[in-house]
Amino acid sequence: MCDTCGCNVTPGNRDLAEGRQATQVLGSLLKVNDHQASHNRVHFNGHGVLSVNLMSSPGAGKTALLEATAELLDGDLRIGVIEGDLETENDADRIRACGVPVVQICTGTACHLDAHMVHDALHELDLGSLDVLFVENVGNLVCPASFDLGQHHNVALLSTPEGDDKPAKYPVMFRSADLVLLTKRDLAPYMPEFDATKAANYVRQLGNAAPILEVSSKTGGGLGDWTDWLRRGVTELRTNLAVPSASLGS
Amino acid sequence: MHELAICQALIDQVTTVARSNGAQRVSNITLDVGPLSGVVPELLANAFTVAAAGTLAEAAGLTINPAPVRVWCKSCQAESDAKVNRLVCAACGDWRTVLRSGDELLLRSVVLEEVDPAPTLQDSEEKRHV
Ligand SMILES: Nc1nc2c(ncn2[C@@H]2O[C@H](COP(=O)(O)OP(=O)(O)OP(=O)(O)O)[C@@H](O)[C@H]2O)c(=O)[nH]1
Ligand SMILES: [Mg+2]
Ligand SMILES: [Zn+2]
Ligand SMILES: [Zn+2]
Ligand SMILES: [Zn+2]
Repeated sequence: MCDTCGCNVTPGNRDLAEGRQATQVLGSLLKVNDHQASHNRVHFNGHGVLSVNLMSSPGAGKTALLEATAELLDGDLRIGVIEGDLETENDADRIRACGVPVVQICTGTACHLDAHMVHDALHELDLGSLDVLFVENVGNLVCPASFDLGQHHNVALLSTPEGDDKPAKYPVMFRSADLVLLTKRDLAPYMPEFDATKAANYVRQLGNAAPILEVSSKTGGGLGDWTDWLRRGVTELRTNLAVPSASLGS
Repeated sequence: MHELAICQALIDQVTTVARSNGAQRVSNITLDVGPLSGVVPELLANAFTVAAAGTLAEAAGLTINPAPVRVWCKSCQAESDAKVNRLVCAACGDWRTVLRSGDELLLRSVVLEEVDPAPTLQDSEEKRHV
């Protein structure tokens, strides 16, 4: 299927008397998606753009976070958004209203994004004029985690009204997170049963050492730490890409 | 229902393997699926029936080997069994572990039928390579 990655089919043990053949394959079921994801990463790296995949349950505050982030950064980091709300243009319109370039993905199933959808969308953006590209994934704690999009970082949002035990209920998602944002923390006084320490412990029990930040897009609380994390991410990426072996994109 | 999307990718791969080996049919497909792959074996089996209809894997049996959840501890170096939402070291209790097994989503092998004794390899289609 591909000459460059060693995933070629190996000839099996033939039993031709019967015309039957058992063939060992041993490759990822998501090989085609994973290839496309690597290709996407080459695009991002070629332009030194940090790509961030935002994942959460529906309504945990992904779009609100992007709106607040755009306002806070105010061009300080140039951001773009690939919007995975497959059903409506609402989220894309909200982000466009902040003066941020946005491409709406409008093909595909309604439960997750895959690397091909993101690839089609990224070619509609001028990556050269961006520092950070966000992909707002479909609101779903189950399948998005299985599909690599070529992102540099996964960010999982867990909102205060959802309950602090979501990481234990959706381990695949929260294990994959490079950063966990506890969102809507302005609601903490009304929801004392959400224990941020417990939420953090559940993430640790997944063997995940990712930083965990408490934020509110409504009040702006904690968003400085979030934008600092983004800035560090851009700097780290560009430092890594500056080493001679860095692959340059097309 | 990402299981259907995954089964369609599976059928594409299996079809490529069958064609490049000159086979007419596939009678069995074996997968390794760990509970941390994000894929539910029962849903995968159901989706397979749908995805395989009308393909050369239509009558194929699907064998799913469940992979165990195993972690390796960075602090005491022990390897132990773990639960999907408690990936901590069974020996010392530390959470700083590395997953050794449990997130597999692999096509392990296929059994091909009616194999042409002189297969041609020119048919390994290269699709969607952008
Ligand atoms: N109080 C409070 N409400 C918030 C905050 N962030 C988002 N919300 C509200 O939560 C609701 C959902 O927010 P969205 O930003 O649309 O959530 P989303 O994750 O993008 O939702 P989907 O794209 O539909 O999955 C909206 O009514 C927001 O106003 C916050 O920090 N505090
Ligand atoms: Mg949204
Ligand atoms: Zn899905
Ligand atoms: Zn240990
Ligand atoms: Zn491309």
